[in-house]
Amino acid sequence: MSAFDSWFHGRPLLTDGAWGTALQTLGLAPGRNPDHWNVEHPDRVAEVARSYAEAGCDVILTNTFRANRIALGEGSGALAVELNRAGVEISRLAAVGRCRVVASMGPSGRMLAAGDVTPDELTEAFAEQAAALTGADALLIETMSDVEEACLALRAALPTGLPVIVSFVFDAGRNKDRTMTGATPEQAAAAVEAAGAAAVGANCGAGIAAFAPLCARLRAACRLPVWIKPNAGLPEMVDGRAVYRTTPAEFAAHAPALVAAGAAFLGGCCGSNVEFIRALGAELKQCALS
Amino acid sequence: MADLRTLHDAILEGNAKQAAALTQEALAEGLAPLDIIHQAMVPAMDEVGRRFECEEYFVPELLLSARAMKAALEPVRPLLVASGVQPAGRVVIGTVKGDLHDIGKNLVAALLEGGGFEVIDLGADVPAQRFVEAVQNSGAGIVALSALLTVTMPSMKSTIEALDQAGVRGRVKVIVGGAPVTQQFADQIGADGYSENATAAVALARRLSRPA
Repeated sequence: MSAFDSWFHGRPLLTDGAWGTALQTLGLAPGRNPDHWNVEHPDRVAEVARSYAEAGCDVILTNTFRANRIALGEGSGALAVELNRAGVEISRLAAVGRCRVVASMGPSGRMLAAGDVTPDELTEAFAEQAAALTGADALLIETMSDVEEACLALRAALPTGLPVIVSFVFDAGRNKDRTMTGATPEQAAAAVEAAGAAAVGANCGAGIAAFAPLCARLRAACRLPVWIKPNAGLPEMVDGRAVYRTTPAEFAAHAPALVAAGAAFLGGCCGSNVEFIRALGAELKQCALS
Repeated sequence: MADLRTLHDAILEGNAKQAAALTQEALAEGLAPLDIIHQAMVPAMDEVGRRFECEEYFVPELLLSARAMKAALEPVRPLLVASGVQPAGRVVIGTVKGDLHDIGKNLVAALLEGGGFEVIDLGADVPAQRFVEAVQNSGAGIVALSALLTVTMPSMKSTIEALDQAGVRGRVKVIVGGAPVTQQFADQIGADGYSENATAAVALARRLSRPA
């Protein structure tokens, strides 16, 4: 029995692709925190949200990945609340009648283990963000490298009453299967399950090829549904521009292996776009929930 | 009695306060700064690097040890300067224009300092011109560029071009790093070196600092 049982209808759910690069094609300056556009250019954020909803996503996220007061910088509490509320509203409008909205919460950017931030500061910032995201259907704590920070964020988010998904980046260590702080998929899954997560996952990383084994390990390590959102590979520089060599077809070709490995939610992270999601969606229609 | 073994362990365990205190003690007892560095500090950081390679230590441990090393160096540095000892090299480091990620860059900076280099850290989102000015003002022999976003990697190329245009390219070795950066990319843009992680970056900086 999972908080998401009513969401599934016989096959894994299709989640969305990258937002940052999509917003950059609409004029966002590289290096600028995209979340500011929730109040500065909500129409363009809405365009990205709509494009994913129209591409057939069962779930779209929100443009709130860096909208916690620590990631935003000094004295940003009120701004954080504003950006998060606006982000959910934009995605909600795009999703209505089509899909569900899962609100994105990214890392603080500070290293807890090195004492650059205190547990209380993290809890406060994540609680503030989560409280401003209650208009969503679920919360997603993503791109986490530190299990301790992830659990603090999770515990700060649970009082909203929404199901909370926790997703990690596993790209460190000799086998590129650990988080930057050294946690294995088994350790991460066990920790967040014990702390009350509704789903556990892996996102970002070095490309989709690494994800089937990660997915299988997460699935074996707990009883939670698994959220998978890989990058479209690592980019190459061609004539000064970043080019992702993985094509939508190549990306989508990994879907059967991921579904077999137990992925319940499947989408794309950096380097993916609407075309990737459409290709993925076509593959998923042929799969059943494993 | 100052015990270099406990200083070594304090650095290994990332205990900055203890590392600084033990160093003060050792200096007060008349131990030579260079002996303290070579008998306790350098072996400690070498062991940190080894543990990182073996997956016993990860980024947080590296950072804590690097900071403990830095804290231990504080009282030693002025004595070295006074006695005329040269740093292993002078490095200008920064994350390139458009990119705000700095954890990796901070780690490299800390390890370089621990390794005896003088480090001028320009921070993040650094325009090419600031790198040029820093080289001109400091006489640094190495420029270390970091980027975590693929869209900001081209700034590495423009920084190298700016160094060239200012006529200082020949005076420095440019090394690059960051998750999306590769050896191939480093070669394409004319960098002098690339390293995959922070400990390798220090080894690279040392190699490039040796007299030709």
